[in-house]
Amino acid sequence: MSRAEETEAPDTGVPETADTGVPAEKAARPPRANPLWALALFRSELTITLRRWRTLALLGVLALIPILIGIAVRIETSDGGGFGGGRGGEGSGPAFFPQITNNGIFLVFASLAATLPVFLPMVIGVIAGDAIAGEAGSGTLRYLLVAPAGRTRLLLAKFTTTMAFCLIATLVVALSSLVTGALLFPLGDVTLISGITVSFEEALLRALGVAALVALSLVGIATVGLFISTLTNSGIAAMATTVGLVITAQILDTIPQLHAIHPYLFPHFWLSFADLLREPVYWDELVKNLGLQGLYVAVFGSAAWARFTAKDITA
Amino acid sequence: MTTQNEGEPVEQRSTEGDDAAVETRGLTKRYRGGQLAVDALELSVPRGSVFGFLGPNGSGKTTTIRMLMGLIEPTSGRARLLGEPMPRAARSVLPRVGALIEGPALYPFLTGRDNLLRYDAADPTADPRTRAPRVAAALDRVGLAAAAGKKARAYSLGMKQRLGLAAALLQPRELLVLDEPTNGLDPQGMREIRALVRELAEEGTTVFLSSHLLDEIEQVCTHAAVMAQGRLIAQGTVAELAAGSRGRLAVTTPDPVDAVRVLKEHGVTDLVVLDERVSGELPLPGAAVDDPPLELADLNAALVRAGVRVRAFGAERASLEDAFVALTGEGFDVAG
Repeated sequence: MSRAEETEAPDTGVPETADTGVPAEKAARPPRANPLWALALFRSELTITLRRWRTLALLGVLALIPILIGIAVRIETSDGGGFGGGRGGEGSGPAFFPQITNNGIFLVFASLAATLPVFLPMVIGVIAGDAIAGEAGSGTLRYLLVAPAGRTRLLLAKFTTTMAFCLIATLVVALSSLVTGALLFPLGDVTLISGITVSFEEALLRALGVAALVALSLVGIATVGLFISTLTNSGIAAMATTVGLVITAQILDTIPQLHAIHPYLFPHFWLSFADLLREPVYWDELVKNLGLQGLYVAVFGSAAWARFTAKDITA
Repeated sequence: MTTQNEGEPVEQRSTEGDDAAVETRGLTKRYRGGQLAVDALELSVPRGSVFGFLGPNGSGKTTTIRMLMGLIEPTSGRARLLGEPMPRAARSVLPRVGALIEGPALYPFLTGRDNLLRYDAADPTADPRTRAPRVAAALDRVGLAAAAGKKARAYSLGMKQRLGLAAALLQPRELLVLDEPTNGLDPQGMREIRALVRELAEEGTTVFLSSHLLDEIEQVCTHAAVMAQGRLIAQGTVAELAAGSRGRLAVTTPDPVDAVRVLKEHGVTDLVVLDERVSGELPLPGAAVDDPPLELADLNAALVRAGVRVRAFGAERASLEDAFVALTGEGFDVAG
């Protein structure tokens, strides 16, 4: 019984030592543990998510998109002409495409604007939807719970990891586009949407702010995905439902007759991040976006908790 | 294993509910469809016992185990694990309980070792500083040390089962709840696991073992309970349960008609003739108090005296299987 000796950590008083073998004596003493040990689950959760081949593939696709956009823009403009199409003036959302040829940093904004409506929420939907349902489907959930992970702690670990993944996914897009932009296009001072020119350093800072805003824009759908994940034992079903919900919300957001519900749709203010590229910054929609995402986190986070802590685990 | 019963402390404690490793009072689970999966279960697993939990498929064993482990909320009644109420005390009780529930579940993309590290990280009472050696010891204990670095997706069913067991052994446990632990193992693996269960029991761990292999229960367990259609129909020591039904007598003879006559005269009932094989139920001891217990040798002598040519003669040992069939009346068919 070498295990028992190894458990004999000096400061814990040793909850059990099996080789003494008198269970009745041990019953009175609940295992004492360092509260910090509970954090191991959070680290385990994050590493397990990031080590999965599927996660890496998703992040790889996200990294590829800015490269493709960059190369496309480069080819399009290699004859010396400007970027055709004039998409910047459509007003429905910033595209930043025309500015890329002049300044590579615009590739960051263009890529984020391109991935935020579809690719990023899809990737988040996969991770969030699979969070609980995937574990339930493979049966690992019951072993985590009897470990005992604790339902609230497990849900919190899943939530934290999903949130961290929102940030990681966004940063992957931002960094990939920054590198691609720097390689393919010139860098320099940046002319903001409002016409004012700021230094490249300040523009970088704003790019970081934009990335943070994009990541925060995703927390709403991430929490919804986590809630859906507590409803089923099929990871695929939860992922598909979450991604379907993203698409549905996007479609609803384009139907003018439904304008009354638009301010409550989680993607409605997503492209407001462009307002950070104005001088002075337009805070109005940025704040509305963050408030809306916070509302989604509160509502669906509570729903997920209520559901998960009361659920019969039959898988 | 049944010989171990007499005089063991296990026996003395079995009636003291407070000291039971597992105890349920009126434990009931009705699923949403109205189906009664477990009906007023009164289970008492003495500490230090190896407790066999038997029942046909669909009899409510798994639902019971899930309620004990806090995975399913009982509709009514209560369950205590190691003297503490479940699921309320789950956080303090479950670290002292190792479980294998309905087969192993692993992360296929992680190695065997990483799977265990993951499960250990989920236990807030597990010391991260001793995690690696404890995982290594658990792997070693189930004979997986050599395959620890392999991805779990490449494991055979038997190896997965072993890894599941290793997860249950990450910490010293007071109670092990093992649902079909030898499922998918080859005969050698089964022997190893049974030896491991005995070893753990000798160290003082209470083992709650569900199995559909009656043989296994008989070999390993000191106590057993039988469930059928959500109800507990018997519990006690394995010896007590097996004694509840006598074994059958089997005689091989070219003269089956005469044999049946002689056996009937000696109180053997339920006689069945199959070609040259005659089998029957031996009379229960004490069925007629004034009768001396039936001695098999006398029975054989009686047959021979009556001119019955006996080719083979013997009692099939009273087994738990007989008891089981007698109790459930349905053998191992799925409950309707």
